[in-house]
Amino acid sequence: MQLLSSFENIEIADGMLQELCSTAGVEEETTYWVGMALREALANAIKHGNKLNPEKRVHVLVRVDPGRELCIEVEDEGEGFAPADVVDPTSPENLLRDSGRGIFYIRHFMDTVHFSPGERGGTRVELIKRLDKAGQGGFDEERD
Amino acid sequence: MKSAIREVQDVRVLDLEGKITIGSGDVQLRQLVEESLQSGRTKILLNLKGVTHIDSSGIGEMVGCYTTVARRGGAMKLLNLPPKINDLLQVTQLITVFDVFDNEGEAVASFNA
Repeated sequence: MQLLSSFENIEIADGMLQELCSTAGVEEETTYWVGMALREALANAIKHGNKLNPEKRVHVLVRVDPGRELCIEVEDEGEGFAPADVVDPTSPENLLRDSGRGIFYIRHFMDTVHFSPGERGGTRVELIKRLDKAGQGGFDEERD
Repeated sequence: MKSAIREVQDVRVLDLEGKITIGSGDVQLRQLVEESLQSGRTKILLNLKGVTHIDSSGIGEMVGCYTTVARRGGAMKLLNLPPKINDLLQVTQLITVFDVFDNEGEAVASFNA
């Protein structure tokens, strides 16, 4: 799926994810939080990657392997991004900042998050959620 | 996001419904709080009962509103936090920042305690 760099299009991609997950029998709670991770990744790609440039697109791939994993790839056409620059939003000096929590939430709700340079010069992020046979993703205490 | 404004004693209650997400509800929330401050209402209670989705932009806007209201000598508190929003505030430790209530009467009374 390719999306134009507009926040309204986040709804389209999330709708696609909801349908895929429903068809694949992924549990509702897992779908909700994976959807949140997708929304955050898309918001980053549109705002920070493509800088809302209407001529740039966001490329989205969602793959559900029932009973094994749910994989999402989001790639923008921006100028690249260094995830190491992201500050910890839970540290006392950052607690009252009004931004900077998106990647933290993505990492919290997914099992694997991998940033890499995209083929188009921007940033590619791969998100993976492991699924059990019942379609549940599970959210471990350790991730906190 | 849909919203309704009520006055309970000297507290402005903002009843919010739907999504507080990037590009839509987040901006509306900021405008609602700004308008409240401009009209002299510095005790603000956000009723989140009908909110189905919030993202990091919405959470960030809530934090921004909280600090803006505090700088103007007021207070912003939260009412009827849905479980999923509670989870999001817990993991980012923002639950330690906001005063959260399940009962509107108690929330309103707390502003003048």
